[in-house]
Amino acid sequence: MRVALFATCIGDTMFPDAAKATALLLTRLGHDVVFPPGQTCCGQMHVNTGYQPGALPLVANYADTFGDTSIDAVVAPSGSCVGSVRHQHEVVAERYGTASLCGQVQTVKAKTYELSEFLVDVLDVTDVGAYFPHRVTYHPTCHSLRMLRVGDKPLQLLRNVRDIDLVELPEADSCCGFGGTFAIKNAETSTAMLADKIRHVADTGAEFCSAGDSSCLMHIGGGMSRLQMGAKTIHLAEILASVESRVHA
Amino acid sequence: MSAVTLGLPSFPPRSPEGAGFLRGTEKFPVAAHHELANAQLRRNIGKATHTIRAKRLHVTGELPDWEELRDAGSAIKTDVMARLPELLEKFEAAVIARGGHVHWAADANEANAIVTELVKATGSDEVIKVKSMATQEIGLNEHLETQGILAYETDLAELIVQLGHDKPSHILVPAIHRNRSEIREIFLREMPDVDPNLGDNPADLAGAARKFLRHKFMTTPVAISGANFGIADTGTLTVVESEGNGRMCLTLPKTLITVMGIEKILPTYQDLEVFLQLLPRSSTGERMNPYTSMWTGVTPGDGPQEFHLVLLDNGRTAALADKIGREALNCIRCSACLNVCPVYERTGGHAYGSTYPGPIGAVLTPQLAGMHGKDDPNSTLPFASSLCGACFDACPVKIDIPSLLVELRHQKVEQAGVTAESVAMKAASFAMSTSTRWTAAQKAAGLGRIVAGKKGKISTLPPPLNGWTAARDIPAPPKQTFRSWWDSDEGRAALDEARREGKAGK
Repeated sequence: MRVALFATCIGDTMFPDAAKATALLLTRLGHDVVFPPGQTCCGQMHVNTGYQPGALPLVANYADTFGDTSIDAVVAPSGSCVGSVRHQHEVVAERYGTASLCGQVQTVKAKTYELSEFLVDVLDVTDVGAYFPHRVTYHPTCHSLRMLRVGDKPLQLLRNVRDIDLVELPEADSCCGFGGTFAIKNAETSTAMLADKIRHVADTGAEFCSAGDSSCLMHIGGGMSRLQMGAKTIHLAEILASVESRVHA
Repeated sequence: MSAVTLGLPSFPPRSPEGAGFLRGTEKFPVAAHHELANAQLRRNIGKATHTIRAKRLHVTGELPDWEELRDAGSAIKTDVMARLPELLEKFEAAVIARGGHVHWAADANEANAIVTELVKATGSDEVIKVKSMATQEIGLNEHLETQGILAYETDLAELIVQLGHDKPSHILVPAIHRNRSEIREIFLREMPDVDPNLGDNPADLAGAARKFLRHKFMTTPVAISGANFGIADTGTLTVVESEGNGRMCLTLPKTLITVMGIEKILPTYQDLEVFLQLLPRSSTGERMNPYTSMWTGVTPGDGPQEFHLVLLDNGRTAALADKIGREALNCIRCSACLNVCPVYERTGGHAYGSTYPGPIGAVLTPQLAGMHGKDDPNSTLPFASSLCGACFDACPVKIDIPSLLVELRHQKVEQAGVTAESVAMKAASFAMSTSTRWTAAQKAAGLGRIVAGKKGKISTLPPPLNGWTAARDIPAPPKQTFRSWWDSDEGRAALDEARREGKAGK
């Protein structure tokens, strides 16, 4: 399958390891991974902060970049960005775009997947042959959980990782408090939510808190770093891409 | 020239400023700052919301058709909003035909004036009240007091709030922020003839309230209620409650005055079947609430012999006029969204500054009362959410609260014109609209490594980003972006190796 990787703006710039892991994993599974260089951002930050017209050029750019018919599927290591593509792009296109953009948006959204969805639903794979000998807990990010309904797909994948010690996160489905600009506009409330999330991670004794969204991990990791907690964050893709010959430190 | 001046089309009026409780005095982040520090509130609300969440999941989980019920509830309410004028006229005619009187109130001021006049006409200077969101919204008790009329809340939690000269902090559990020793002190201070040795266990406190309220039920000739539902076909009104105090108010006094928001209409009696299943399960986590009272006009010789219905607009028509925002009017005030909201859980109801707190309050309040400029506390409410979506999942009538919040943010931004934030967002949009500009911007982001220095993380940022670094670090941007890795020899080699591993594994 010819799979286009959507690295996302934050992934491309701040967390390239998650995008690298996604590319390597899908390549190892035998797919032809391409990185269309025209890609930038899904526009979620603009929509969620109230700047819908500002999202239009980003929505149009996404549709242009991934509209190529030689691309069978677009995969992103982010539930949140895929949620935006699936639920917000048509709203923006219908309001501010042309009829042809509306059509393009529908076509591209139908082939855009979050990583765990793509592996389990499209490729029908739950064992990717990964090896990760660490204690790990998993935070199901809100948009993966409620916008995409990925359910336990990430856990199905994690359970098949060799030598992993997967431990359940208490109150896993509570928001970590990131919420994009919410973390800045309501910094104190966001921090109160984060404090509980970090406490739950600490209670598991995990070395790694994993998730399918780099932005939530930036939030959780930012708090754990400030508290000198010792545990680290890691993207789901990085665990799934780990193999015995190259164990993640 | 024509003698007729057509004038400009006017938007339906919002709830007036200065009347009632649809606007707090502080912006949400400021009010939240106070509430976050309140340990008692944090403990009470955390415990109560977790308990009720579990109960709700249990009783909704046991219904095989719960999702269909939600769909039915949503469809009925959407239909009601689409033909509200027609249904209201039908409802009005049915109430009058059964001996009731109907009054239309455009806003809080009109509603308060109508009720005051009705109470004065009875000659009483005291009224008993059934817990009612609509009368709280318009500040009826406070208005009546200025007119020399004392209104006694008869719902236990509402009574605690009222005697404590306080404001409710939850739609369903208004005194959730109080503990029992505080309640004991309030009773000792405010209730006449209370045993000075009153204990602080729930049974003693309930006993004291019961004694106080019994006297009021038996002696007060006028009651004021809200309504959970009004049935257009028959003119029937419904109040759903747990303590029985509502039933006392609805049956004992001579005169009953009901204040009902115009959106509370259901077309037929049969529609009630759906909502009497949805409401108790969503609000208290019970299969059925203990008391459901219904009345239709007046019945000679039984119950109140005079019945007045005040139909309240107070910004509802304005909300209805917004084709996206109108969905918020579907709300049946069950409070399920409050109980699952991580923001409400930490900040409590007072932070929202409105009778309607939590996620639904954050969309309903600005719609009813407006967002008047950057200093209006209501303009901060749509931003008081991480958009986690738990509210949407919990809502019994499937109101898409996250999308409505995003829509209101859009409206707020459109109103605000040019701000520092809008300039930054415009710049970001420009930079991200082509990959050429974006890669240039990424190079600038790489400067963050200099800020981060040797420790590899950023712990202080200038305003407005200092909100982030007050409690969280940011990792230094990596040396290489993903796209430059992809184009590098290292990237190509890694992908080649992955390809070989894939083939070898087959």
